[in-house]
Amino acid sequence: MTLETYRAVRTRRSFLDSCAAGLGTLGLAHLVGTEGRTAVADGGPLAARPPHHPAKAKNLIFLFMAGAPSQMDLFDPKPGLKKWHGEPLPPSLTKALKLAFIKPTAKVLASPREFSRCGRSGTEISDYLPALQRVADEICLVRSMQTDQVNHHPGQSMLMSGSPLVGRPTVGAWLTYGLGSESQDLPGFVVLSSGRGASGGSSNFSSGFLPSTYAGVPLRRSGDPILYLSNPDGVSRQSQQLSIETLRRLNEENLERSGDRQIASRMASYELAFRMQASAPELLDFADEPQATKDLYGIGQEPTHAYGTNCLLARRMVERGVRVVMLTHASWDDHTNLDEGLRKNCETTDRPVAALLEDLKRRGLLDETLVAWGGEFGRTSLGQLKHVGDKVGRDHHPNGFSMWLAGGGIRGGQVVGSTDELALAAAEDPVHVHDLQATILHLMGLDHERLTYRHQGRDFRLTDVSGRVVSKLLA
Amino acid sequence: MNGRALALSALMAVLAVQAPAAVSFSEDIGPLLAQHCVICHGEALQQNGLRLDRREDALRGGHSGPAIVPGVPAASALLKRLEGADGLARMPPGGPLAASDIGKFRSWIDAGARWEAAAAEGDLARDAGHWAFRPIRGPAVPEVRDRKWVRNPIDSFVLARLEREGLAPSPEAAAHTLLRRTFLDLTGLPPAPADLAAGSDLDGLVDRLLDSEQFGERWASLWLDQVRYADSDGYEKDSVRPHAWRYRHWVIQALNRDMPFDRFTLDQIAGDLAPGSTVEQLVATGFYRNTLKNREGGVNVEEFRFEEVADRASTVATVWLGLSLECARCHDHKYDPITQADHYRMLAFFNELDEVDIDAPLPGETGPFLAAKPEFDRQLEEVYGRFRVKELMGPWEEKMLWASRNPGAEHEWDTSWDILDLYVDDGQRILQTPPSARLWREDLVLTEWFLRNYSRVTSKEEYEATGFRDAVEEVHALVDEFPDVSRARAVQTAARPPRSHVHPSGAWDDLGAEVSAGVPASLPPLRGSGPSPTRLDLARWLVSRENPLTARVAVNRVWQEYFGRGLVSTSDNFGLRGDPPSHPGLLDWLATEFIESGWSVKHVHRLIATSATYRQSSRLRADLGERDPGNRLLGRQVRLRLPAETLRDASLSVAGLLYPKVGGRSVRPRQPQGVAELGYGSSVKWAESRGRDRYRRGLYIHFQRTTPYPFLANFDLQERNVARCARNRSNTPLQALNLLNDPVFFEMARGLAYRILRETPRQSFDARLDRAFGLCLARRPTSSERVAMLDYFVRQRALLEEDEETARRWFPFEPAGAGDPTAPAAWVGIGRILLNMDEFVTRE
Repeated sequence: MTLETYRAVRTRRSFLDSCAAGLGTLGLAHLVGTEGRTAVADGGPLAARPPHHPAKAKNLIFLFMAGAPSQMDLFDPKPGLKKWHGEPLPPSLTKALKLAFIKPTAKVLASPREFSRCGRSGTEISDYLPALQRVADEICLVRSMQTDQVNHHPGQSMLMSGSPLVGRPTVGAWLTYGLGSESQDLPGFVVLSSGRGASGGSSNFSSGFLPSTYAGVPLRRSGDPILYLSNPDGVSRQSQQLSIETLRRLNEENLERSGDRQIASRMASYELAFRMQASAPELLDFADEPQATKDLYGIGQEPTHAYGTNCLLARRMVERGVRVVMLTHASWDDHTNLDEGLRKNCETTDRPVAALLEDLKRRGLLDETLVAWGGEFGRTSLGQLKHVGDKVGRDHHPNGFSMWLAGGGIRGGQVVGSTDELALAAAEDPVHVHDLQATILHLMGLDHERLTYRHQGRDFRLTDVSGRVVSKLLA
Repeated sequence: MNGRALALSALMAVLAVQAPAAVSFSEDIGPLLAQHCVICHGEALQQNGLRLDRREDALRGGHSGPAIVPGVPAASALLKRLEGADGLARMPPGGPLAASDIGKFRSWIDAGARWEAAAAEGDLARDAGHWAFRPIRGPAVPEVRDRKWVRNPIDSFVLARLEREGLAPSPEAAAHTLLRRTFLDLTGLPPAPADLAAGSDLDGLVDRLLDSEQFGERWASLWLDQVRYADSDGYEKDSVRPHAWRYRHWVIQALNRDMPFDRFTLDQIAGDLAPGSTVEQLVATGFYRNTLKNREGGVNVEEFRFEEVADRASTVATVWLGLSLECARCHDHKYDPITQADHYRMLAFFNELDEVDIDAPLPGETGPFLAAKPEFDRQLEEVYGRFRVKELMGPWEEKMLWASRNPGAEHEWDTSWDILDLYVDDGQRILQTPPSARLWREDLVLTEWFLRNYSRVTSKEEYEATGFRDAVEEVHALVDEFPDVSRARAVQTAARPPRSHVHPSGAWDDLGAEVSAGVPASLPPLRGSGPSPTRLDLARWLVSRENPLTARVAVNRVWQEYFGRGLVSTSDNFGLRGDPPSHPGLLDWLATEFIESGWSVKHVHRLIATSATYRQSSRLRADLGERDPGNRLLGRQVRLRLPAETLRDASLSVAGLLYPKVGGRSVRPRQPQGVAELGYGSSVKWAESRGRDRYRRGLYIHFQRTTPYPFLANFDLQERNVARCARNRSNTPLQALNLLNDPVFFEMARGLAYRILRETPRQSFDARLDRAFGLCLARRPTSSERVAMLDYFVRQRALLEEDEETARRWFPFEPAGAGDPTAPAAWVGIGRILLNMDEFVTRE
C-alpha cells in the first residue's frame, strides 16, 4: 500500500467518528501487508488463502485424547484374547514388542467390555460409548493406526508435528499457515483442554519454526478465556476505546513520517484485539443456545459439563470461521485401574462427542468440518500391574490402535484396517500417523508434499519424508 | 505479440541457447563445474559415486552410469540433470543454472567435451566452489566517490555497492533516534534523561555502552537462543533445572569481559579437557547440558541418550558452522557436502560425554557454606535417625541391585530401578556405589529419592507408617535453610566411552560401521594432537585460521541484530541452499577484523555501531522502495520491533521499576493463574518471585519449556528446543492484548505516571508530557501529538470523573499535592498509551 492510498482510506474515515461508531471496522486489516512472507497475500498472515486443490472440509476439530485410550476396550474387540487371559504370550510373539514399562512376560488381559454392532454399518463399538454407538454411521473407524513412538511426549509430538522431537510446527499451525482463517475476530487455531495437562504441553499446538502467529491459542477454563482478554482492573470499554483511538492517532503520524507498513499492521492488530475483546465473550455466552442443545451436550450436568462446554464451543467457533479447534482431554493413560479410569473418561466425553457430530450435522456444518478422534498411540493386550495391590491396567502400544474420522470428505459408516487377533500389530491396511496427517491436509485442500517451510536450509513439511493420502477413508 | 513475432522470438531464444561461439573448458565449463558441482562431486566427496573434477572420472560417471558422452549431449546424464529432463532430480540442488550456462554444457559436449590438460588433474575445487567454504581473505577496501560519508571501512563496502547501483545512502537519523537506537541495540535499555542531555559524542557513547554490564545482558539472549538455554528439561516431565542459570551467568560475564571468541568457543566445547581447567571452564561446558532431557517413565534411556548426542552435534554445527548436520542422519546430505559418515563422525565427538553437576561457588559463598556444614550434617543425621531412614534404605538398596540383575522378576522393582536413572541424574551409578564411597550430595539425592519412592515397593499402609512424607519435608526444609554454594551443570569424559557407529537408517539402535571422531571431509582437515581427535582438537579446529565458516557465521549473526537481517540472510544456513552474502567483501573483511582483533566480539560491535551505515535514517525512500524493497543494499536503516526481553526491559526502565541486578538465578514474575497448569499433570509450579526480583530483566525470567512465560511467547520467544539463530518479529493481536491488559504492564504504566508526577512536581501538562515523551521516546512530542494527548487527557478525566473510586484504583497513591484523583489516573492512561505506541515497541 502506498502512502497515498493509506491517506485516502484515512480521510474516508474520521477517527473521531469511528470512536462514536465503535472500532469494529475491518478496513485496515485488509489493506495492510504483513510480515513479508511472500506466500501470504495482503490482508494479514491469517487472511483466508486459497487451497492447493478444492477442499472437502473447511475446518478441523481434533478431539485429541491424550494419554492413549485403550482400543481393545473401545473400538477393536478381541474375543481371541479370552483364551489367553491370565497367561503370558509365547516369547516368539512378543519379542519384537516395544513396551514402555512392562516386560514381554506380562500376562494377557482380555477386555471385559461388551461390543454391539451399531447402525446400518454394523460397526462394533464398546458399551462404554453408548452415545457414539448412536452415530456409528457417521464415523470412519480406523483400527490399524501405527506410530513410531512408545512414550507420551514423543508420541504426541509425532501425532501433532510428524516428528518425535519437539520444535516442529503442529498440524493446526500448518493448516493456518497454509489456509489462513475465515474468522476476522477470533484466532485461527484455538486449543481447549479438559482433565489434566497433556504430556506434550504447549508443544502440542506450537508453531515450531513457523511465525508464532500460527501457534494455537489456548482458550482457558478459568480467568480470561484468552490471556489478557479483559481490560485491566478499573478500565472500562469506553476507556479502552479512547486509548486505542489515541494510540491510532499517534501511530498514524509515525506511519506518515516513516512510511513503514508495519505500523499500519500493528494498528490493525490493536483493532482486532479490541474486537476480540467483544467477540470472545460473545463466543462463550451460551444464552442464545436453546436448552435442548445444552442438554444434548450434557452442559450443566456432571460429569459431562466441562467437555460438553468445550464441544459446544468448538461448534460455535467453527460457525464463526475458526480454522482449527483442538480439544485436548487428558489423560487416558490407564496403566492401572483401567476399567474405572476408562469408564470415567468415557462418561465424561462420550455424550458430548456424539452431540457434537449430531449438532454439526443438523446445522449442515458436518459436511464442511472434519472431525478427528484419537490419542498418540494405543494400549497393550498385556496387563500391567504397576504397584503392589493395584488393579490391572495396560501399557503403551504403538503398533496397532484405533482412531476415527467424521465429516467433510470422509466416508462414514465404515471400518478401515484391522489388527491381528492378539492385538499385537496392525494386520490389514496399516495407517501411519503420517498417512493420517497427509489425509487431513488433503481433505482441507492442501498437498502435504507441497505445504513446506524452509528452515535451516531444508524445506520441512508436516509429514516429514513420508505419508500418503489414505483413499479408503475418503467419500 | 503476433504469431510471427512469437516464432521469431522463439527462434532467437533457441539461437541464444545454442550459441555457436566455441565454448572453452578453462573459461566456461571449468569455472561452472567448480562453482556448482565439485563440492559434492569432487576430491573430498563423490556423492552418488560421481566425480566431476577429472575428465576420466567424469566420463566414467557415477552409480547411475556415464555422466558425459562426448559428442552426444542427448546421452549425457550430466546435461539431463542440469535440465531436469526425464524426471531426474535437477542439479545443482541450490537452483538450476541459467539457460545460457546449460547451453554452454550442451555445446561443449557436442564439440567432444575437450578437457584441457592444465585442469585435468583435479584441482578445480581449490579456490573455487561454494563461497562459504572458500578461505577467508581480508579483501581490499573498495574506493568510493563520496569519501566524506565513510566513517569506517564498513561504509566503503556498503557505499561502493550503492554507488555502483547509482544510489545514495540515507541521511543520518535524527539525534534522538540515534541515541535511542544505540542504547537499545547495545544494552537493551533506553537512554535515561541524563543521557539525552549528554551531547552528541556517539563514538564515545558506543565505548561507554560496550563497557557497561548491560551489554552482556542484552547480547546474552542471542547466544542463549542459539544454544537453546532453558530452566527446565523439556518433554513430558519438564523438570526444573535449578542450576541452569549458572551457565547463563557465565555467558553474561564472558560477553562483558569481551572474552575472545576462540576462548569462548574452547571453554564451551572442551572446557573440561583444557589443561588445568578451572571451575569457570567447567561451568562453560554447561553448553552441552542445554539439551532437552526426556524423563518420561518408560523411555528407553539409550534411545534418548543417542538423541542427546545427535542434538549436541547438530547444535555445534548450526551455531559455529552455520550448517545443518541432521539432514545427513539417515542419508548423505541432499544439498550440502556432508555424508552420512561425516554426520556420525561429528556425533562421535560427543558420544563420550557424561553429565555431572558441580559446585561452582560465586564469590562470598564458600565461607558461610563451610561454617554451617557440620551443623547441617548433624541435623540431617538426626532426621534420618528419627525416621529410621537408613535402616530401611539398606535392604531397599540391596533389593534394587538384585532387581537390576533379575529383570522381569518383580515388576514394581523393575520399574523402580528403571526410572531411578530417569529422575536422578546418574542415580543407578550412585546406588551401585557403596554408601561410604558416595559424595555427600550423591547420598542426599539418593536418600531423598528413596524417601519419596519407597511407596512404589510397599503397600500404602506400610508407606504411611514410615512417616517418610514428613521426613522429606524436613530434609527439604534443612536444605533450604542451609547456606549452600551455587552449583553448575557440566560434563566430563566418560571413563569408558561407548563406541560410535554409523546408524544407517538413522535409528538409535541400527548400528552400522564403527566410526571415530572427525569433521566433514569437505571442510579443512582437523589436525589432532593424537591418533584420534578430541573435543579439544575440535574446539581448536572451529576457531582455526583455516576454518572458513566460524568467523563468517559469528559476525553475520551480530550484523543481523543491527540491521534486521544478516549479510547472509539465512544466518542459520551457510550451506548450498543458503543465500549468498549481499556484500561478500564486507562479510570477509569483518570476519578478518574479528579474527585479527584476537576474536574480540566487542570490536565487531564497535565497528558496526560507529559506522555511517548504522547511523542512517530508517525512513523508507521512494527510490529505494522500488529498487531494493528488502534493503539488501543497505541504503537505509530499518525499523525493528524490539525483542521480547528488550521490550520488557525498556518498559520497566522508563517506568522506573527495573531492578538492575546483573546475573544470578532465574526469577518468576507475575503470570496469570492457569498458565503453568497447562503443563503435564499440572505438575509445573510457578512460585511468583517476591519483592524486587519481579522487576528484573527479561533474560532472567525462568524459562519453562512446556509452559513458557506468556509475554515471552507472545513476542516470539516461544521455544528454546533447537538452535535458533534468528527470531521472528511477528505482529499479532495477542501482543496488543498483552501490552494493553497484562497487569504487569498496567503496573508499569502506573509506575510511569508516578514517576512523571514525582519528577515534575507542580508543572504544566506540557512540561509533564515532555518528560513522558523524553523518557519513552527520547524526544519531545510534536504539536499534533500534544493535541492528541491533551484530547485524551481531557476525555479520560471526563470518563473518570463519573467514578472517582475507579480513578483511585488506577492510581492508588497519594496524588502529588492535588485532591482530584482523575488527573493522576489520566497520567496512568497516558503512560499506557506511550508503552503501546509503535515507536516505543520499535527500534527506529
